[in-house]
Amino acid sequence: MTVQKSVSQTMMALNGDEAVAWAVKQSNVDVVAAYPITPQTIIVERISEFVHNGEVDLEFIKVESEHSALSASWGAALAGARAFTATAANGLALMWEILYITASTRTPVVMAVVNRALSAPINIHNDHSDSMGARDSGWIQLYSEDAQEAYDNTIMAFRIAEEAMLPVMVTLDGFTISHTLQNVSVLPDEVVSSFVGVRKIPRVKLPSIHGDKEVPLMLNPKYPVTFGPLDLFDYYFEHKVQQNEAMKASVPIIERVHREFAEISGRSYEPVHMIPYRTEDADVVLLGLSSTMSVVRKVVDELREEGKKVGAVRLRVFRPFPADMIRRELSGFSTVGVLDRSLSFGAEGGPVFVEVRSALYSSSSKPAVYNYVYGLGGRDLPPKLIKKAFNELLEARGEPGRPVVKYLGVRE
Amino acid sequence: MGWSPLIEIRWHGRGGQGVWSGSAVLAYSAIKAGKYAQSFPQFGPERIGGPVTAFNRIDDKPIVDRGPIYEPDIVIVIDPSLLKQRYVPQLLSGLKKGGYFLANSEKSPSELREELKLPEEVHVWTVDATTIALEEIGRASPNTTMLGVLLAATNLLPVEYLEQGILWRWPGTVGERNINALKRAMREARSDPAKEVVSV
Amino acid sequence: MSTPMVGWKDLPMAAIPFLSAREYPTGEWAVFQPKIDESKCVRCGLCWMYCPDSVYRWDGEGVPVPDLDHCKGCGICATECPTKAIEMVRV
Repeated sequence: MTVQKSVSQTMMALNGDEAVAWAVKQSNVDVVAAYPITPQTIIVERISEFVHNGEVDLEFIKVESEHSALSASWGAALAGARAFTATAANGLALMWEILYITASTRTPVVMAVVNRALSAPINIHNDHSDSMGARDSGWIQLYSEDAQEAYDNTIMAFRIAEEAMLPVMVTLDGFTISHTLQNVSVLPDEVVSSFVGVRKIPRVKLPSIHGDKEVPLMLNPKYPVTFGPLDLFDYYFEHKVQQNEAMKASVPIIERVHREFAEISGRSYEPVHMIPYRTEDADVVLLGLSSTMSVVRKVVDELREEGKKVGAVRLRVFRPFPADMIRRELSGFSTVGVLDRSLSFGAEGGPVFVEVRSALYSSSSKPAVYNYVYGLGGRDLPPKLIKKAFNELLEARGEPGRPVVKYLGVRE
Repeated sequence: MGWSPLIEIRWHGRGGQGVWSGSAVLAYSAIKAGKYAQSFPQFGPERIGGPVTAFNRIDDKPIVDRGPIYEPDIVIVIDPSLLKQRYVPQLLSGLKKGGYFLANSEKSPSELREELKLPEEVHVWTVDATTIALEEIGRASPNTTMLGVLLAATNLLPVEYLEQGILWRWPGTVGERNINALKRAMREARSDPAKEVVSV
Repeated sequence: MSTPMVGWKDLPMAAIPFLSAREYPTGEWAVFQPKIDESKCVRCGLCWMYCPDSVYRWDGEGVPVPDLDHCKGCGICATECPTKAIEMVRV
């Protein structure tokens, strides 16, 4: 993140969960339906406090499970509300059915996923197995590096969701971001409020039902519309292709919203989908997501002082996956290391690796791509292990028979 | 003080004693004083009595480190029951030479150093924080009291910012009582300086 | 049905039905359909409320009128009618 200019903002001390709750409070949200689960709990607590204290005018729906939390958010959004929910790990798993339904009915729900390891064995700490498991459910996924970015991403998510008509997951690492109090620049209420505006409902033409009139795409007794009815081999395939195209069409929307946000906040995340660091003349780059990457950048600085040509790339948008950009930015390097904080059981490597390598396979100069799986269940990735990975990667290309996938920081 | 700009602090205590709150108050106060700061806990499933560690980083520029602190400048032990030989390796782990060992103990710093065989190269400070907390706050929550020792030992921040931080966390009477505890600890804290102070 | 099949580019978004069931005369195959004795009807609207195919048209005051093109003849209206004003008759 680069700060272009300073605008009138308040420097607050917030943890990641509180930063998300603040963003929700400022974003003209109509409905929040959520069920508390560690490490997302603070989001729900703060929002319910805001509601209780009359600091925000939204309907807080208490639900009995995450399945209901997302169902209620979905229903509210279908009725035209701006809806938000939040969860983690097993809670996200319980939402599974409704994740797909929310996305395929093109409902712009925004959800914070506080990344936590999935059971069993039960573990409350950070890895990405929850949101990575949901990567194919049709949600846009923004990965935050710290509490500031979690705040910024949440605000931008409402705009992105409503313009793309797709739900957006804003992820933040459990504990490492969610429970870490840090400096967060908070925009004035009115600035956020005018940035997100009021939700606009797109209109559709349904001639054989409502004649020539364009009707709002929402649940509205005046112009009845059915969402999610039976759709067999005659139209289902077309609907899925259309949904996939909508995901692709969200790319310029995501970029534009980021640029507009940079104008009001002074915080730019260029070039939006992935942010390179000291890659210009690098031989080896390490690509990864979320909070780990600031530490990776620190290690890059240290290795650069030793004269090693290394760089880092932080992927911020995992869905839609920026395959073109990956090819454009990474195909020139000799070796690319990919950090994965989750496993895809039975696959050759973690989900980020599989997609990065797949994208690079169709580039003309194929870099060697290696995978490091790290940090499962909250295991720390200390700088010395990152350094070890870089040093291995600097040697890796010349090593025939080197394993493509390795674990970083596990006991053998 | 010979700080490098980044100061790293590790807190040791048990669930319910306010380890995390103490570190949050410190980070909040540092941010209000114009610095960059982090506070975060490390715990197993939350439960009263379980061991809890919390961390602070304070710097003049944005902080890029995020993981647990392995080489702290300052260790704060708020639970006296941890001041036993078998916990010492954990408590001292990575503590820098010239660093600070701040403990909640009835004992004098030199007694504690001798009993726990604390290395000569660290400054040892003690205060009877549990008694102060019980008398001033009415509850055995010695976190804010230990912040008083921190100020006495390091003069890290002006006390007004800590007062702000405490009132942010506990508005009203509870906050005022915690401020009294902090100020009393500043007066009552005792020190046994390191033998050879190496600049850190 | 003669409506041509539409490709994904021309479908309205959100997987909502865009064709109307009005054109499907789903009542064609019914064996029995309701006949209302207006002298017995008390205009309670229960037939309108219970009909699973929303066949009855009712303005809230007069005698409900079934749209027989879409009535499948299930007989729920006749069963629920409190004054037995509806008789299911062979089509």
